[in-house]
Amino acid sequence: MLEIRNLHASVQGNEILRGLDLAVGAGEVHAIMGPNGSGKSTLAGVLAGRDSYEIRAGSVSYLGRDLLAMAPEERAREGVFLAFQYPVEIPGVRNVHFLKAALNAIRKHRGLEELDALDFLSLLREKMKVVEMDEALLQRPVNEGFSGGEKKRNEILQMAVLDPRLAILDETDSGLDIDALRVVASGVNALRAPDRSILVVTHYQRLLDYIVPDRVHVLLDGRIVRSGGRELALELEARGYGWIEGPSGAKPPAGH
Amino acid sequence: MKPDATPLDDLANREYKYGFVTPIESETFPPGLDEEVVRGISARKGEPEWMLDWRLRAFRHWSGMREPRWANLKFPRIDYGAIIYFAAPRTRSRPGSLDEVDPELRRTYEKLGIPLREQEALAGVAVDAVFDSVSVATTFQDKLSELGIVFCSFSRAVREHPELVRRYLGSVVPPTDNFFAALNSAVFSDGSFCFVPRGVRCPMELSTYFRINAANTGQFERTLIVVEEGAHVSYLEGCTAPIRDENQLHAAVVELVALDDASIRYSTVQNWYPGDREGRGGIYNFVTKRGKCAGRRSKISWTQVETGSAITWKYPSCILLGDESVGEFHSVALTANRQQADTGTKMIHVGRNTRSTIVSKGISAGLGQNTYRGAVKVLRGAAGARNHSRCDSMLIGDRCGAHTFPYIDVANATSTVEHEASVSKIGEDQIFYCRQRGISPEDAVSMIVHGFCTEVFRELPMEFAVEAQKLLQVSLEGSVG
Ligand SMILES: Nc1ncnc2c1ncn2[C@@H]1O[C@H](COP(=O)(O)OP(=O)(O)OP(=O)(O)O)[C@@H](O)[C@H]1O
Ligand SMILES: [Mg+2]
Repeated sequence: MLEIRNLHASVQGNEILRGLDLAVGAGEVHAIMGPNGSGKSTLAGVLAGRDSYEIRAGSVSYLGRDLLAMAPEERAREGVFLAFQYPVEIPGVRNVHFLKAALNAIRKHRGLEELDALDFLSLLREKMKVVEMDEALLQRPVNEGFSGGEKKRNEILQMAVLDPRLAILDETDSGLDIDALRVVASGVNALRAPDRSILVVTHYQRLLDYIVPDRVHVLLDGRIVRSGGRELALELEARGYGWIEGPSGAKPPAGH
Repeated sequence: MKPDATPLDDLANREYKYGFVTPIESETFPPGLDEEVVRGISARKGEPEWMLDWRLRAFRHWSGMREPRWANLKFPRIDYGAIIYFAAPRTRSRPGSLDEVDPELRRTYEKLGIPLREQEALAGVAVDAVFDSVSVATTFQDKLSELGIVFCSFSRAVREHPELVRRYLGSVVPPTDNFFAALNSAVFSDGSFCFVPRGVRCPMELSTYFRINAANTGQFERTLIVVEEGAHVSYLEGCTAPIRDENQLHAAVVELVALDDASIRYSTVQNWYPGDREGRGGIYNFVTKRGKCAGRRSKISWTQVETGSAITWKYPSCILLGDESVGEFHSVALTANRQQADTGTKMIHVGRNTRSTIVSKGISAGLGQNTYRGAVKVLRGAAGARNHSRCDSMLIGDRCGAHTFPYIDVANATSTVEHEASVSKIGEDQIFYCRQRGISPEDAVSMIVHGFCTEVFRELPMEFAVEAQKLLQVSLEGSVG
């Protein structure tokens, strides 16, 4: 599904990703953990096509295609979905209108008929049940004035409606109460399928109690420095990152 | 990694789909302006003596005036001696019925989406079609006249309702008001007139559709709307012009009068030819629009969507004379390429407990320059007056400009005046968010801009809101990618 090789990416001259390798097979759920500033969101942004990064080296193949050569909307239409760590507000644009425009752009690309208002609403109602979201939020401007948890639920709703092949969740669990955490987890679990892959970026092993990952990776200083099963997450929770060696062989400074 | 350029880099050429020229013979005067031309226009229209005198007074006053230069606009000196002041399509004088309208003109309006046959017309909209400043057709006149509503060309009103015209013409915008209003008063060729008698709610939207066709010709129309006690009308105005390399002057005047408990809603979608990417051609749009809330609880509401013209200079205003009268101004002004707009409003509070609201949304793209200029004046007697103003500017790209000049002048301590302003840059973050959901960068920009303007669009009548939205989209085409 996704194969990243020797990826180097910089922002304004600072190299953030420094030779990152990662392979995610179809039907798999992988978790990425790592200290603040280690490059997790950068990786998510590069995969989604944010243009503030400069790719210095490496390749990303998605379903056999060169992902880095595709425009962001093309990636989205081909099934790449990013749940943003900080969802963006769009004043004056109703949430429901935004979602319908997105879905129809994707459907059109896939050769499907665009949904009319009625069909769209019934699809939406069904997906809303999963995220237990207040219907009033649909009529409000996209993310404007949403609470932190409401924004995250909204991301999950979008994911459920847009039906991605590769979903990347960037700290969707941060700042959520226990109920919301369950909702996010069930949203993700509902998406689990043999032809779909999910990449979950998180700081908390707690999420992985609900979403059981096939693999856990540790991202440190721009590289995957350790990979393992779910027990790796438990170990990280118990011991922190200090015991893992960074790519240069040096231990990261305390409090990093 | 740059699969494509950043979406906000540049503003490319926008398509102007109304840029065709109608092949029709027209009668024109030689260029230049003197008393003879003014007399000629009046004679050509068979006007009574009082009308000619009125024009001549305006002309003499104008001759001693100077073109105003205080606006935040850059343009070369206009050579008033090179302009043709009268052009009219050469057809049978004035068609007796809609079926007699010149087929070429009919086709023109059909192309613009304005059918002139009543059975094909938009349901519930009566149209006065003004072609090169001459009214060529007015639909639904009979139906409206059953209710006592007069809706006709200005020329016809001068002939058939002289008492109304004499009473109200210049009562809101005096012929000496400003340079462009004086010029218009001297040479206006036609326009629309509307009168709604006491207690009548006009059952349909009335609209004037202005079309410039002839080259090198100035366009000077005049609109006068009078709404009596307790009556109501909603009025729409649309405008387009062919693509031409030279600039064309358009100097119109609109006067509104609302008596006790009367209300007027006046909506404009202005889409004159904006000029090309290098700033060649386009309309110079210098317009004076003012409404008088003459009675108690009268209400006048201006809504404008300004996307066309090379230069826009207009300040639809309200004089709130009557106690408890209400003035509103809702505006979207978009400047792309090298367009410039200096637009806003004046709210003059004279009566007690008068209220006004101003909502202005300026969008600049490319090298566009967008200025909001607004004045709120509360006179000494306007106890309890209230104003609320909001001016938001949005910048698309980093070579355009937004400017705000609010003037506030309060002479009554019991009044409240509030002004809020914001400037935002359309965010790369917002566009990326949309694109990550599969939406193209063009659609993303248009969606974000539409969201920004949504408050103003809500004020437009239904069909117009859709039209305005489409227009904005077309105007922004090429502002990304
Ligand atoms: N636009 C930018 N300019 C300069 N530095 C940047 C920019 N964007 C990201 N960085 C830096 O890149 C590094 C990696 O940031 P990134 O957001 O990928 O970290 P993260 O692993 O997601 O952290 P967190 O767990 O806090 O979300 C950080 O040091 C950050 O400051
Ligand atoms: Mg992050």
